[in-house]
Amino acid sequence: MPTPTTSTRSDTDLYAPLSGVPLTAGQLPRGAAPLTLLAVVLAGVALWLSGWNAAACAVLGAITYTLVVTVWSRVVEGSRKATDRLVTAVVTCAFLLALLPLISVVITVISKGLARFDAEFFTYSMRGIVGEGGGAYHAIMGTLIITGLATVISVPVGMLAAIYLVEYGRGKLAKAITFFVDVMTGIPSIVAGLFAYALFALFFGPGVRMGIMGAIALSVLMIPVVVRSTEEMLKLVPNELREASYALAVPKWRTIVKVVLPTALAGIATGVTLAIARVIGETAPLLVTVGITSSDNFDPFDGRMATLSVFAYNSYAHPGFPADAFTDRAWAAALVLIIIVMVLNLIARLISRLFAPKTRG
Amino acid sequence: MAKRIEVKDLDIYYDKFLAVQGVSMTIQPRSVTALIGPSGCGKSTFLRTLNRMHELVPGARVDGKVFMDDQDLYANGVDPVKVRSQIGMVFQRPNPFPTMSIYDNVAAGLKLNSKRLKRSELDDIVERSLRAANLWEEVKDRLPKPGSGLSGGQQQRLCIARAIAVQPDVLLMDEPCSALDPISTQAIEDLMLELKERYTIVIVTHNMQQAARVSDVTGFFNLRGVGQPGELVEIDETTKIFSTPSKKATEDYISGRFG
Amino acid sequence: MALSTERPSPRRVPQRPGDRIFSGFSTGAGVLILVALAGVAAFLLVEAWPSLTAPAEDISGGEGLVLYVWPLLFGTLISAVFALVIAAPLAVAIALFITYYAPRRLAQALGYLIDLLAAVPSIIYGLWGFQQLAPLTVDPTTWLSENLGFLPFFAGPPSATGRTMFVAIIVLAVMILPIITAVVREAFRQTPRLHEEASLALGATRWEMIRMAVLPFGRSSIVGASMLGLGRALGETMAVAIVLSVSGGVTFNLIGSGNPSTIAANIALQFPESTGLQVNTLIASGLVLFAITLVVNMAARAVINRRKEFSGAN
Repeated sequence: MPTPTTSTRSDTDLYAPLSGVPLTAGQLPRGAAPLTLLAVVLAGVALWLSGWNAAACAVLGAITYTLVVTVWSRVVEGSRKATDRLVTAVVTCAFLLALLPLISVVITVISKGLARFDAEFFTYSMRGIVGEGGGAYHAIMGTLIITGLATVISVPVGMLAAIYLVEYGRGKLAKAITFFVDVMTGIPSIVAGLFAYALFALFFGPGVRMGIMGAIALSVLMIPVVVRSTEEMLKLVPNELREASYALAVPKWRTIVKVVLPTALAGIATGVTLAIARVIGETAPLLVTVGITSSDNFDPFDGRMATLSVFAYNSYAHPGFPADAFTDRAWAAALVLIIIVMVLNLIARLISRLFAPKTRG
Repeated sequence: MAKRIEVKDLDIYYDKFLAVQGVSMTIQPRSVTALIGPSGCGKSTFLRTLNRMHELVPGARVDGKVFMDDQDLYANGVDPVKVRSQIGMVFQRPNPFPTMSIYDNVAAGLKLNSKRLKRSELDDIVERSLRAANLWEEVKDRLPKPGSGLSGGQQQRLCIARAIAVQPDVLLMDEPCSALDPISTQAIEDLMLELKERYTIVIVTHNMQQAARVSDVTGFFNLRGVGQPGELVEIDETTKIFSTPSKKATEDYISGRFG
Repeated sequence: MALSTERPSPRRVPQRPGDRIFSGFSTGAGVLILVALAGVAAFLLVEAWPSLTAPAEDISGGEGLVLYVWPLLFGTLISAVFALVIAAPLAVAIALFITYYAPRRLAQALGYLIDLLAAVPSIIYGLWGFQQLAPLTVDPTTWLSENLGFLPFFAGPPSATGRTMFVAIIVLAVMILPIITAVVREAFRQTPRLHEEASLALGATRWEMIRMAVLPFGRSSIVGASMLGLGRALGETMAVAIVLSVSGGVTFNLIGSGNPSTIAANIALQFPESTGLQVNTLIASGLVLFAITLVVNMAARAVINRRKEFSGAN
């Protein structure tokens, strides 16, 4: 990016008496960098149209642009400015590079998922289906039930633990909880699944599969996220509000319930929504605890259930005949999942924007 | 309903650190008592011991006695929450509850304590408190709006209305005007002169003119020395403190020859 | 609680039942989390125990638990470490771009965009890696094996399907990128404005300012964030399970068709069809994974928390 400047050579005289050192140095002409970029992009598009690989064109273009700008700047502006321009180009390229997979994933999921994104997919289960047709109604319901259960378990535990940490916690116990909540954030999801399996296998014998096991496994992943976000939000509540409440002779617990929590509510809701978004697409823990089934089972305490993510995995991993029907269903399930996750993210942003109380006018 | 406060040999600690030492004073009902002194001398800390807000800081404790009329506030079995219901407090910066409307802010003390009141009774209390805080005329048309929409001075008067809505005996004010402009300050000072007809008021202030304007009695706090605890140097009629103080330190501070 | 006024005889403050119940519940919830974490370790150990004590020839593969887990552990480590090597520098660059280079009004939106990468479920990355990315890599890997074949990583012969360790590493890198970026960005945002202005006032260019003020301030965060990313890559299951075509064996060859599996992917692939001692063996390997990620995460948190104390930001 060129540094915008108003001083031209003729202005130099104006400033010269002040410092005795010229304030202008060699500079790339205004718009040099954008124009170079444009030229490189045009060249790249031309190459691509002439039959080159798109990725190769992009990489080649990025390298060319970086080289041209750096060398030009080095000649005109000196090495310090050149390094600055080099880093700017590299950093920007890195960012664009990171967007590639995101764009590619979204395009792939939408284009392949639309094939079976129809009414039948949302209303039928896989009961008795061997080839084409069928749907993921049972899996969508299963995902909602299991994630809902996990939320019901995680939110009270996570919120209360965060309240303990912010409002009551002192000393070693609070430190230990903070540290292990952080550590728990990093538990691999498959390990959470194994934990739930191991727990239930002790009571129900090996090979047990139940919806509630999946909910427990997801809770292990969800609780630390809820704790962290609630904790952050509670810390943002100004201490003055607590003091105002205490000074009105309100007991501590009532202060927390009636003053602190309502003030932080929007933030907490945002955090919980993001936590749900994080676990709703989990596959591995559900694969080992809930398994998969082809027909409706909406009782989380009785046997295998279907979930969207495992449904997608299973359709891909164990296709029947024709294989395309199974792959299409897998992609359609993936599309539904990604829509759910994006909508949850959107809701979270909306909550935090619309319902945040104005603490100070 | 205004009550007398008597403090006897009060030492205030943060853990092992002695912050304020040996304060004894009597605060008369239906009067304004101002506490002045340099920053960090412990006057706000002392004020917060009068309604046991002080002990919300972990490790903070006091030695000595504080009587309200004849009741020891620090006796065994005294509930700090009950103490605070009889001694209201207004803070340095206005702090209305952001999730509540103007109406709910005034009613907060009653509602949060889950007192069941009829709507009409509550309306009466809210109006009476807002009138007492000289705010009624300005907000009567927007009671359901959030309190954070008011100006700083209005917010502070809202906080005063909130404090007197629970009908306390004593009102503590911790530099209530330090975040306000001169006109809002004037409004609060006028209000204090009205409120002292019914309440015992203790105000901490950095502004000596304010102390001279509003108070009947003034106490001067000072640090005994660098790293030493704060102490009450002298307390007397405001006119006397500002004309013929009996201690040299007070005179130096009043006349600006301090430090 | 230090609500006492006299040290020798702590004053008894009457506790209201509401306060006692509420603080009891919240303390209980906090303790429950510690218990749950201990429970994870304990239950895994109990269920893994039979395989730890079983004779070597009963374990799948017939050569004992250590030789069963070792190739998996190798695959786990090599995929995670290479993913980190790709993702960490990229993440720092992206964080720099969002914080210092992007137009101010765009910066927040770009941040969301990167966060969305983190929100995509791993199963989708798996399907994407298998169907989109893998075929794309066949030509480049062939070129790599022909021209850089002297390096052990590109020894070849290249896989014809592209379901290689190479692709698994790229997918993992994409998945941990937003996690590292988020932490590093947060650290950059907290760089004291004063430090930045101080170096700009000395006549530094933007990059020099970043080198003088931003990077030293964020260094331990970058280290901590990378370790968090490593922890995540070590435990990632579905993406690897779908992408990788597994045949066991310990090899550094990233582009061949014979790849070691990872612990997590192996569990996901084997668990549904396993019974008896096989299950115990899989849980034992899960225990190993748990231990490794625990150590990595604890180290990461320790590094990040140390920085917090230094910056004085509460």
